[in-house]
Amino acid sequence: MRIVCCIKQVPATDSVRFDPEKGTLIREGIRAEINPYDLFALEMAVSLKEASSSGSSEVIALSMGPPQAEEAIKEAVSRGADRGYLLCDKRFAGSDTLATSYILSQAIAHIGGADLVVCGRQTTDGDTAQVGPGIAMRLNAPCATGVLDASVSDDGIIAMKRVVDDKIYRIKCALPMVITVEIGANTPRMPSLKGKMRAKKMDIPVLDADTIGADEGRIGLQGSPTRLSSTYVPEFRGRHEVIECPSDEAADRILSLLKDFGAI
Amino acid sequence: MAENKGIWVLGEVNNKGPLALTLELLTKAYELKETLKEELSCVLIGKDIGNASEKLFEYGADRVICVEDDSLEPFCEMQQGKILAFLCKQRMPSIIIAGATDRSKAVMAMCATSVGAGLTANCMDISIDSDTGRLLQTRPAYGGNLMATIVSEKMPQMATIRQGVFEAAPCLSKYSSNNEGEIEKIAVPQDLLQNPFHLEACDEIKKDESSPDYENAAIVLVAGRGIGDETSIKGLKRLSGLIGGVVGATRPVCDMGLLPHSAQIGQTGHIISPNVYMGFGVSGAAPHTIGIQGAKVMIGINTDKDAPIFDFVNYGFIADAKEVISSLIKRLEAKK
Repeated sequence: MRIVCCIKQVPATDSVRFDPEKGTLIREGIRAEINPYDLFALEMAVSLKEASSSGSSEVIALSMGPPQAEEAIKEAVSRGADRGYLLCDKRFAGSDTLATSYILSQAIAHIGGADLVVCGRQTTDGDTAQVGPGIAMRLNAPCATGVLDASVSDDGIIAMKRVVDDKIYRIKCALPMVITVEIGANTPRMPSLKGKMRAKKMDIPVLDADTIGADEGRIGLQGSPTRLSSTYVPEFRGRHEVIECPSDEAADRILSLLKDFGAI
Repeated sequence: MAENKGIWVLGEVNNKGPLALTLELLTKAYELKETLKEELSCVLIGKDIGNASEKLFEYGADRVICVEDDSLEPFCEMQQGKILAFLCKQRMPSIIIAGATDRSKAVMAMCATSVGAGLTANCMDISIDSDTGRLLQTRPAYGGNLMATIVSEKMPQMATIRQGVFEAAPCLSKYSSNNEGEIEKIAVPQDLLQNPFHLEACDEIKKDESSPDYENAAIVLVAGRGIGDETSIKGLKRLSGLIGGVVGATRPVCDMGLLPHSAQIGQTGHIISPNVYMGFGVSGAAPHTIGIQGAKVMIGINTDKDAPIFDFVNYGFIADAKEVISSLIKRLEAKK
């Protein structure tokens, strides 16, 4: 069984700070990390491989990003992926979810397809949950979002437990398919020492638009129908004031605020 | 592109009728309809969706487009996404909006990919650009510190919208007269009635009785790392009882086991829109603030004057949150 796990390198959420006056992101001090949701996806991919009776099962990590996203692939290898590819090309820049799912699906086809594509449910930076289903539609494969647990039988049937809003479904489906993994579905393993050594030595092949046979009109800004029209810093409704005061005074002021707003 | 016409709301129903979110979206879509002068339809795809139509008309739908079939359970986003795409190619609407639920987000993503349209997730506002007639889709970025307005260059313009950002209101004046809406049952090609999923079991997630209703609470008191000990949490619960609020927490506090993960407020927990939010010892990291930006009034208490929460709240108090809790309790109990 061949499992492709799609991951994204994102700014670590606790390192993101914002300049409220300029309305911009403060770039200094931002650390990159694997999207936390993707760690649950990777763990599920690696455990499905380990549970597979076929000796030839493998997990391939796939990521689109700048050259430094190679670190994310290497980290995935240290956490149990067998190998990986980095999709890196200036022409990919500015891709929205429609273009991203196109690029990832082209890459999956280029590397020989997959029995199972595993994605995180969403990313912490984009927060859309659209890329996993998008890949599935492009591969014309069924998709199950919010997967909590999965097992694959020898005859290529995947049994899953998944959450959809207020329902938990237990379903079966024939592979190939795409799943997105719910946050907290498992406990992602830490990178192993052996894995780290292997990752360090490993060459991560870089795939560009030409290699995966991507149509230039369907990638990057050109292939992205959504456009950022404007941004604004949300206005403080009412007031914005910060005061330093003894706790008793703070309590008095809070009580009078609560009264003013009719809360008590 | 100009020939695309019609505003669609992808509706959701359960055995009690349409979801509140569907009615919120219809109310907003009715506003768009008045600007654009295009027909407003509610699209329902599923099994047993029969009796929801009347309410949908009451909230402004001119037409209800139904695709009903037993094969539509268990939920399969590919099947439903393909059906929505089929309807979309046939009717060419200009706008499709849906709730930012697991279900609709997946169906919309499948459909948008199939028809090659843009899709904006988790919008907090939508409106029509008076110059271009385009749908302006506004969503939070960077934890709500920035709002980004997105437009789509392709038709249909598609967006999912969070619960609770619009108020649902029936447009009675119109329908108390005679203007009955039309229900259209659409037969889709047989291959779209193939569900690749085989259902083994389906369970409703039982709402934990002891778990408060964060989404509808008027006052939410949130425990942050600054009050990360059992005594303080107890105090906060007591305070919450005195002012009729509910107690939530940031992720680190839940991770410490002081409150269950079901109490988590933020990006990966509850998205709340209370009248009053109070953060006690909350630093205000992006994953938390994305969940509280719908609050009408925000109060933050923290000893660290550089905590990002102070950029975010309406009223910030640089003070010891633990002491403030005790002092609030003292005052409120003295009044009794």
